[in-house]
Amino acid sequence: MFEWLGITPQGLYGQLLVGLINGSFYATLSLGLAVIFGLLNIVNFTHGAQYMMGAFVAWMGLTYFGINYWWSLILAPLVVGVVGIILELTLLRRLYQMDHLYGLLLTFGLALIIEGGFRQAFGISGERYEIPEALTGATNLGFMYLPNYRAWVIAASLVVCFLAWFVIERTKLGAYLRAGTENPKLLQAFGVNVPVLVTLTYGFGAALAGFAGVLAAPIFQVNPVMGSNLLIVVFAVVVIGGLGSIMGSILTGLGLGLIEGLTKVFYPEGSSVVIFVIMAIILLIRPAGLFGKEK
Amino acid sequence: MRLSKKTLTIAVCAACVAAPAAATQTDKISDGVVKIGVMTDMSGIASDMAGPGSVLAAKMAVEDFGGKVLGMPIEIVSGDHQIKPDIASAMARRWLDQEKVDVIADIAGSLTAIAVVKIVKDKNRIALVSGGGNSRLTNEDCTDRSANWSYDTYAMANGTGRTLTQQGGDSWFFIAVDNVFGRSMQQDAEAAIQAAGGKVLGVVRHPFPSSDFSSYLLQAQASGAKVIGLAQSSSEAGINIKQAAEFGITPKQKMAPMLLMITETHAVGLKTLQGAVFTESFYWDRNDETRAWSRRFFEVKKRMPTMIQAGVYSQVLHYLKAVKAAGTDEAGAVMAKMRAIPVNDFFAKNGKLREDGLMLHDMYLMQVKSPEESRYPWDYYKLLKVIPGEQAFQPLSKSRCPLVKKQ
Repeated sequence: MFEWLGITPQGLYGQLLVGLINGSFYATLSLGLAVIFGLLNIVNFTHGAQYMMGAFVAWMGLTYFGINYWWSLILAPLVVGVVGIILELTLLRRLYQMDHLYGLLLTFGLALIIEGGFRQAFGISGERYEIPEALTGATNLGFMYLPNYRAWVIAASLVVCFLAWFVIERTKLGAYLRAGTENPKLLQAFGVNVPVLVTLTYGFGAALAGFAGVLAAPIFQVNPVMGSNLLIVVFAVVVIGGLGSIMGSILTGLGLGLIEGLTKVFYPEGSSVVIFVIMAIILLIRPAGLFGKEK
Repeated sequence: MRLSKKTLTIAVCAACVAAPAAATQTDKISDGVVKIGVMTDMSGIASDMAGPGSVLAAKMAVEDFGGKVLGMPIEIVSGDHQIKPDIASAMARRWLDQEKVDVIADIAGSLTAIAVVKIVKDKNRIALVSGGGNSRLTNEDCTDRSANWSYDTYAMANGTGRTLTQQGGDSWFFIAVDNVFGRSMQQDAEAAIQAAGGKVLGVVRHPFPSSDFSSYLLQAQASGAKVIGLAQSSSEAGINIKQAAEFGITPKQKMAPMLLMITETHAVGLKTLQGAVFTESFYWDRNDETRAWSRRFFEVKKRMPTMIQAGVYSQVLHYLKAVKAAGTDEAGAVMAKMRAIPVNDFFAKNGKLREDGLMLHDMYLMQVKSPEESRYPWDYYKLLKVIPGEQAFQPLSKSRCPLVKKQ
């Protein structure tokens, strides 16, 4: 049935799976962005740099301290999260009362500085990070060889995304967070320390980016510009999903990974623009995004 | 105001007397200094393979030449064109019009090199390309004021394509970057493969820059081709080979990067790249001369030089030799000398600058060593074959450069 497309069914399944892998990166990254925007109203342009820092922390841990991949999966997000918290406390905090644009400019500038610093220190070629021993090799699925590590990426991202969604939408802590964005003063009156809540949220969003960075390290080169290449796409994902919508960004991330994967088969030249074309169309039809609410 | 005939005659005579005097005073070197502009990518994707290393190489050439030519000082300026043709063009105009730059070296990047070469020709100065190895530079876009020094897409694609096909890798699939560089590389390789009796089963073109190649690799895998040719930037090829290993494509299918810089090999690692076959014009560990120079370079940069950086040294040194021989820095006279004098340094032996602007020199077919074979730091490649310049590069008879006189 696929002959007219010029591709075998096996080929198509393989491509869909590959799209899903990229989609899981998009989902994890856009989730972090959505959390930060939804709760802090900050357009976090430092997200790409935080993703890159996650990968670099993993690499540094392995190279200088012999910390293996599994520990890095926990430690690197923590480090990136703490750096994020410091940024929030010292800089971002001052901008909440101002226009979105100031937050955007600050985080964008920070991203340039962080990336420039890493480029100065490590060069543009980047550093290598090997796939952990337990996840090397590939599994024959019949229609394709699925590298074990990529299967792990899908699983790990989905679990993390689900947990984040669950915490924010289904727990008491999440309820506080959401209440904090709706009406911080009222929440404070109930005795909840809203500023701490906001700081921790930013740290959590940054940690998600760091986590994605560790996941990406063995697939791509650990490279100072790895984040900036991805960030624009991830922003498009968030816009399509609906700014601030948690579930929206997860589903859109996965969906767009699939669409991009298919474009790479049928019209590879267009694979870098397809997401933006979709974004333009969605914005025309539903300005608040697929899952966003009109305010 | 009307000039009388008498005043006019006096003025003309005065000019006649003054002109030669002025010429001797400003000497044979314009503005009293030979100014070399190294235009390169200082912080972007090509900054490790060219970038600050190219500037260092140019400085080393000036130092080895003695710091002065015809008694006049030599000055080096550098600029970051970010591999953007518009920035490169503006910088070239500023350098040539206002800052009295005599020669522009390196010009990393295909499109930037093509843009700058045209401007330099218009302003009657000299462009020496090292990091912009597109075969168009010595074909459609050739000028008599430019030279392409280190490599070009034809030589890389031809050397690798022909040799692997002859060794039995007679069916190919290409993963090519969708720009002028990727296209000419892939087309040049395809011609070489077909001439050697092989066939190309398919091509997939991806946008630049890309970092995930899994989709293209699956297509290459499905094609069943024996060799997967990578007509991409060096950094893309490195990541691509890494991902091919993940999907179990290698070693069943062979990966053939058309361009691989040693900085990339260093970054990606021998474990992933081992066995890859490619063409280069310079390898630091080839003989005593290359080792001696490369160690000096390493002292400063803490990494071994790429062929682009070694080429910048060679082109700047040769330029200075030509200025000395010509007794002037006038572009036409210097270019004539650059063509007349053979290029002899650690980079090239008896290299010849042809009329189409190509610096003809030997190329080397290299193979990446396995981690076990590598005995000391940066011991990465083994030499499979020296490809003589005449075989490596496009023969003049096939040149599309209008400057080449066809017999």
